[in-house]
Amino acid sequence: MSLLAWIKPRASAPVARDRLKVLLAYERTFRGQPDLIGILREEIMAVICRHVAVPPDKVQVRMDRGQTVSTLAIDIEIPTSHGTLAATGS
Amino acid sequence: MAKVLVVTSGKGGVGKTTSTAGLGAALAQSGQTVVVVDFDVGLRNLDLVLGAERRVVFDLVNVIQGVAKLPQALIRDKRLDTLWLLPASQTRDKDALTSNGVARVIAELKQKFDWVICDSPAGIERGATLAMRHADAAVIVTNPEVSSVRDSDRIIGLLDAKTEKAEKGGRVDKHLLITRFDAARAARGEMLNIDDVLEILSVPLVGIVPESEEVLRASNVGSPVTLCNPASAAARAYCDAARRLAGENVPMTIPTDKKRLFTKLFGRRAA
Repeated sequence: MSLLAWIKPRASAPVARDRLKVLLAYERTFRGQPDLIGILREEIMAVICRHVAVPPDKVQVRMDRGQTVSTLAIDIEIPTSHGTLAATGS
Repeated sequence: MAKVLVVTSGKGGVGKTTSTAGLGAALAQSGQTVVVVDFDVGLRNLDLVLGAERRVVFDLVNVIQGVAKLPQALIRDKRLDTLWLLPASQTRDKDALTSNGVARVIAELKQKFDWVICDSPAGIERGATLAMRHADAAVIVTNPEVSSVRDSDRIIGLLDAKTEKAEKGGRVDKHLLITRFDAARAARGEMLNIDDVLEILSVPLVGIVPESEEVLRASNVGSPVTLCNPASAAARAYCDAARRLAGENVPMTIPTDKKRLFTKLFGRRAA
């Protein structure tokens, strides 16, 4: 611990407040439809499976929430052995 | 007209049972008739905190299943003759509670008491939703700490959606009770302060219970803190909160346990 940190400990409460504000703003938006990621994953899978055989564990849905922008990334690994096109959508 | 109050929080260990006992006893001390109902089926503790653990014969589940009549299950407090307890079952699980059964018991209790205070289990599942189901008002117990605040926000959402009042287009009156507050740490920026919590949750404040050694002492001896040590900071906080719940206009203060008793005026209330 540096001398400066010892003299003036950093206040952690404002960090807690800001984290809560960002988190709750998000959670309130999706209240009543709690598992957005799950729903997206299932529906995307259904569409893909109509055309290509894809193992369920080869579909990755990730979300990264930021203060102003959130990103949703969907990675689908399609096996080339089936003779169809290999594609990755994001 | 009886008022049904649920004491809830989402998160466990924030002080629901302590607050149920404290508020229940404070309301009973003011001469109103109060029944506190333990909804934590399988993990009952309100009986222990009230010092009635050796007097439990029948419980809420027995009444719901028709094994016992309501008066047989009600336990009168030995110190306060206006305070009664309806204990939870310790041997069953939460599925033993039926929606119709709970509705019937609450309706019967409303005939007999001025206040029906439901001590909710932690979580957001059946026991918790049934405890809040028939509430006219809710006390949301929150610690000034991130996980407690987040879970309180979730519970507030449920109170606005899953209660009988909400489903009929009405509103459950919500009251925020901040417990385990440490004014010195909040002043140093080490703990969320009252304004932070009020701004985030947007629920009117009903009381601030400071972190107090008296709370543990009271539960050790099986007595609500308002009876065990009425002069303690926590007891005064609960008494003030109970008066506010009963509609009195009591200035918001943060009682302290210091030797020289002083109360700091806390002027602001949330919307």
